[in-house]
Amino acid sequence: MIEGAPWRRWIFFYVPVTGFVVALLFPFYWMIITTVRPDRELYRPWNAPNYAPFWTMHPTLDHVRDLLTTTLFSTWMLNTMIISLAATAISLFCGLLAGYALSRLKFPFAGMIGTGIFITYLVPQTLLFIPLSDIIRNFKLGDSPWALILTYPTFLIPFCTWLLMGYFKSIPKELEECARIDGATRWKAMLYIIFPVAIPGILSAGIFAFTLSWNEFIYALVFLSSPEQKTVPVGVTSELVRGDVFYWGELMAGALLGSIPVAFVYSFFVEYYVSGITGSVKG
Amino acid sequence: MATIEVVAPRQYVRGPRRGPITRLLEDERWLATCLMLPTVVLLGLFIAYPFVKGIMLSVTDTTVGVPGKFVGLANFEKIWNDDIFRLAVWNTCVYTFVTTVFKLALGLWLALLLNRHFRGKAFMRAFILLPFIIPTVLSTFAWKWMFDPTFSVLNYLLFHLGLIHGRINWLGDPVLAMISVIIVNVWRGVPFYAISLLAGLQTISPELHEAAAIDGARAWARFRHVTWPLLLPVTLVIVLFSVIQTFADFQLVYVLTGGGPANATQLFATYAYQLGIGTGLLSQGAAISLAIFPILLLVVIVQLVYIRRAETL
Repeated sequence: MIEGAPWRRWIFFYVPVTGFVVALLFPFYWMIITTVRPDRELYRPWNAPNYAPFWTMHPTLDHVRDLLTTTLFSTWMLNTMIISLAATAISLFCGLLAGYALSRLKFPFAGMIGTGIFITYLVPQTLLFIPLSDIIRNFKLGDSPWALILTYPTFLIPFCTWLLMGYFKSIPKELEECARIDGATRWKAMLYIIFPVAIPGILSAGIFAFTLSWNEFIYALVFLSSPEQKTVPVGVTSELVRGDVFYWGELMAGALLGSIPVAFVYSFFVEYYVSGITGSVKG
Repeated sequence: MATIEVVAPRQYVRGPRRGPITRLLEDERWLATCLMLPTVVLLGLFIAYPFVKGIMLSVTDTTVGVPGKFVGLANFEKIWNDDIFRLAVWNTCVYTFVTTVFKLALGLWLALLLNRHFRGKAFMRAFILLPFIIPTVLSTFAWKWMFDPTFSVLNYLLFHLGLIHGRINWLGDPVLAMISVIIVNVWRGVPFYAISLLAGLQTISPELHEAAAIDGARAWARFRHVTWPLLLPVTLVIVLFSVIQTFADFQLVYVLTGGGPANATQLFATYAYQLGIGTGLLSQGAAISLAIFPILLLVVIVQLVYIRRAETL
């Protein structure tokens, strides 16, 4: 704790912490308040005398209702959910197998493949989206959820593999050897001994992968074109802004509802998520 | 007198018969091949192949639907002489440098604040991460609304705090637009830095601090000579990740300014999108995206060398 007088504690701890919290959370408060504010209050210039930005006396759910009835928002939510879950499942499957092989088995080119996966981990989506859009078109995958289900794992697998390798390395080899002496095959030892022990790691990787897929933007923007195929981030960007007109109430309602699944998953597994982040940078 | 019971040795029982596939999987190499296969196929198909394809596209004059012919380095020559591209290079460097400095400074400050025991710490840590986990596009819309020239709550706040006298057109002015984009990126990145650095701080043994305190080191000296050197390796890894992500950033700028006004916030990725997807000049767009690559490679190599050195110290 800060040593010395109480005023030092205030200056060096309470004031800056409060400042950080307010600055980091204010945009979310603003999202909520805009969602429930009626339009006649919303479009009042900031220097108007009756501009009362931080609360409203007439909360309304009109924007949410409009969003759900007049736009395809619920379809986008469903699309995003399916794509994120499928991409996460594929990435966990590949990451588990590859992570086990790279951390436990000796095989030719193991080091090279490991380095290769580490490098793909650093490749940003924006480097490859143009040739990839051409490839997706050639594979006839354009404008279908498969375009995303198959490409999202490219940035999720390296991360999952890397995180799970760390977990596998921390499991003592003896555990597996015991099982093998008792007659288990390599495959069974991996499936029934090692994977169950790595469940916390699998959860971290899965949650992280899910939020990353939910977040992804540029691939979804480039590969999908028809409104009913879009994911939440792309749908909100392209369909709720008509021409130059921003429907702010609906936009903020969309931003709020679109964030809920991620926030929900996150709130249940904060500790796993945090260990996912720290694991991802420790490598 | 103890009686010794003699247990007859169990007869050797052969294990259950194993099929040919199981026997094959007992071999380490075959098992490894099978385990690596899905990963290698997916990454090969959607990372390695597009990379090669990108290089091939960038030396032709392909546009959407029209297969191009080989033009050599003409595309690179063209973008090199393109004023907007040069502006995008400059913008990307400024954007990456300024945001990284602020994210590191503020993130470290927040991590140091959180690295002590107080009530509600776990709760607070959970809330602080929100900007990082909420989809960037969605939270950027909230910022765009906060920056709105007519309805800006930020103008209201600053005006009533007495800091400004007229309205600020956040996204309409070239310099202010860049500042706005930087603010949002810092806002989104600080939690990531803070939580990662906090994890690094927690590995530092408190005894080191106590020893330094007994030797008479004040708070600043303890940070400078104990905390910082021990935190350096993890800091470098975090900065490496963050620099690459920021350098290739797209969604934040796409939503907030679309690269405008007058290309003042145009980055590599937004310009590549504008040319490659917006106007369909696939080959030029691919050339611009590829221009990110050498710079990223340089960053990666520099950082990896430094990390290795820091770890061997």
